[in-house]
Amino acid sequence: MTATVYFWQIGACACAIALAPLFAGWVAQCRAILQNRSAPPLWQPYRMLRKLFRKEATLAEDASWLFRGAPYVVFAAMVLAAAIIPSLTTQLPAARVADAIALVGLFATARVFMALAAMDIGTAFGSLGARREMMIGFLTEPALLMVLFNAFLMAGTTALPAIVQNTLAQSHLVLHPSLAFAAVAFVMVLLAENARLPIDNPSTHLELTMIHEAMVLEYSARHLALIEWASWLKLFNYACIGFTLFAPWGIATHGVSAGGIALAVLALVAKLALAGAALALFETGSAKLRLFRAPEFLTMAFLLAVLGLLVHLLLKA
Amino acid sequence: MSPDLIAREGLPLPANVPARRLLVDADGWTAAAKQLHEAGACLLALWGADERERNGQFQVFAAFLLPDEVAVLQLAVAGERPLYPSLEPWFPAAARMQRAIRDLLGVAAEGGDTRPWLRHGGWPEDFFPLRRDVDAAVAFPNAPQPYPFVRVDGEGVHEIPVGPIHAGTIEPGHFRFSVVGEKVLRLEERFGYAHKGVAKRFETLPLLEGHRLAARLCGDSTVAYAWAYCAALEAIAGAAVSPRAASLRALALERERIANHLGDLGALGNDAGLAFGLTQFSALKERLLRLNQELYGQRYLMDYVVPGGVRSDVGPRMVRQLLDEAAGIERDVAALRAIYDEHAGLQDRFKGAGQLTPSLAKALGALGLTARASGIGRDLRVAMPWAPYGELRPIGAMRMEGDVAARVQVRFDETMESLRLCRLLLETLPQGPTSVAIPGIAADRLGLGVIEGWRGPVLVALEAAAPSATRRCHVHDCSWQNWPLIEHAIIGNIVPDFPLINKSFNLAYSGHDG
Repeated sequence: MTATVYFWQIGACACAIALAPLFAGWVAQCRAILQNRSAPPLWQPYRMLRKLFRKEATLAEDASWLFRGAPYVVFAAMVLAAAIIPSLTTQLPAARVADAIALVGLFATARVFMALAAMDIGTAFGSLGARREMMIGFLTEPALLMVLFNAFLMAGTTALPAIVQNTLAQSHLVLHPSLAFAAVAFVMVLLAENARLPIDNPSTHLELTMIHEAMVLEYSARHLALIEWASWLKLFNYACIGFTLFAPWGIATHGVSAGGIALAVLALVAKLALAGAALALFETGSAKLRLFRAPEFLTMAFLLAVLGLLVHLLLKA
Repeated sequence: MSPDLIAREGLPLPANVPARRLLVDADGWTAAAKQLHEAGACLLALWGADERERNGQFQVFAAFLLPDEVAVLQLAVAGERPLYPSLEPWFPAAARMQRAIRDLLGVAAEGGDTRPWLRHGGWPEDFFPLRRDVDAAVAFPNAPQPYPFVRVDGEGVHEIPVGPIHAGTIEPGHFRFSVVGEKVLRLEERFGYAHKGVAKRFETLPLLEGHRLAARLCGDSTVAYAWAYCAALEAIAGAAVSPRAASLRALALERERIANHLGDLGALGNDAGLAFGLTQFSALKERLLRLNQELYGQRYLMDYVVPGGVRSDVGPRMVRQLLDEAAGIERDVAALRAIYDEHAGLQDRFKGAGQLTPSLAKALGALGLTARASGIGRDLRVAMPWAPYGELRPIGAMRMEGDVAARVQVRFDETMESLRLCRLLLETLPQGPTSVAIPGIAADRLGLGVIEGWRGPVLVALEAAAPSATRRCHVHDCSWQNWPLIEHAIIGNIVPDFPLINKSFNLAYSGHDG
């Protein structure tokens, strides 16, 4: 371990923090184009952050430290998650401390704090959003774990960098049926976890239909900026988990050189561009599911992931 | 068929549709209401008038829709004891209108809900702004009072208050949900936030200017209201507009219907998460509105309908432009309809949501588009066609399911039919003047204007005073009847489906609050 490794670790985190709004802007742009609207500029999310950080924060009268603190906790959890996920390089010191199961725990921590903060101020919409979020959460977590177990079994480890190295070490491209099942399940979990259609509508103004947005209605200024940034980071992280598990090509593995990292950044941007466009395409074509269809959707994700496991264990495929 | 009483004793009433008026006492009021109920009539409007300076009495008017005519009951109520029998037992829709009459005139129905409806503390409880001896200019400090909503008790039951300020750019209204989990046990509405005292304002306007105020009561139905006002005025004056003016008015009314239906269809897609629908339909609606701006000088055709005719003519070049546009919209709507019909996710949201069964719709007196989606195929353009609809022979839309999907289908059907009517109107546009002069008007004559707007029937009851002054004018929107239906349609649905269900009704706030 040299100082450079720590340098790249910090660099990977900074890259995630900086790129996440761009990714969100790209998805919004693709959506607008697909809907025949004139698209907002790619850097609109950065403008939004600048606007929000300049504003004066307004707090509900009954807000406690929990409400004020939650945005920082949520943002920190997402940055930590970004530190574990090998988005650019597999040589991440942080990934030795925490494996993929800890990653799921980080997401859960953020969720719990967000839900508690939403209930803290005691508005009807806050608790409404919180209870819906917890319902979605308790369905997505097992499905996500099952997806991860697929990869764990394949690589024989719960460390994400090792999974990447294992996949990249294979001399030729092998299509694993079990991973195909897991990939579909993962996309379904990604949609539900990131408040995207068909589970939640990120662009609605109808409070009664909201899940994620209902929880953050009372936030303003820097608090809201952190929450928005954290949710973009979450989407970015999920995309990177997807690349790690199913498309790790381009991630720097052997030693860390500036050239390797540059290549990894290029590969990451290309993959994000594709993933963002695909996400927008899928969202444009879907209507939002009735809330009580969400369990069916997520149970399906869980089932697919379990099928992947069975295929791997029973058929050794 | 009209009940015996109306057929025997009803006096003809000037209106653009067949109408009769019957003067009754309190017993006759109840007896007639019973007969009308048995004859399948539904309540069209209920309003009051202060006649104490003439004969020491108040008047209460109730207009009913019969299959082929409008019947108006007129009841005299003693000025010193302003009480009258409630219509609620036979016509549940009367409840809120009776509360409004009490708030504005101090004439109360016996029994029923005693909470205020339009009065939100803007004036004291013993002050009645619509009485003739009250100065409209007098102002009071706003003193909001608590409003006791009906509470639902039970384990895990809690309330979600929504509004009157909403997140979107929409008008004010309060919705109080009692829910257990996500399931709605009860919804209670509260309106009146947009009450402007339009009825009082009418009394200060000359007869020939009132149409401008009527046109501004509810912006999305401006043509319907202006036409209803002008129809009432022309009925009192005994004036007939030229066939060309009638056709041009119908063209404007159908364009209003198309514009609103297109907007709603897009919004319904959006509320189900399909933003694609919103952008497509919004673009279509915008095309129509821009052509309105170009050809009529006003996007929503406000003030196009004027007493005696219409403001401007449609020339041969405009006819061609309008025909081309209609063809384009028809093609695009057909394509979008196929997308909506075949989108599994969208249909899953639409089907079965917010169901209003035909029997419930009938019992509660549903009107207009909402009623037509619940098996009540009443369309005044078909049932009692006024000029020029008699020759156009419009085909009314009807669905039986009463859910969001049915209301979407009725909108599609009506859009297509209105496009057909537009084409027919443009192809057979009669020659003649676009406007005639209104002759002098005899005082104290009551006239009705009833027009099937895009939402449903709108009614204007106009009474003239001295040659060109307005004695009173009552304007009624079918939202009065249809708002309570949502309280029923939502029961058993889940909270996140409410915006979609509400949008499928898309009722008026300003038009209701007056």
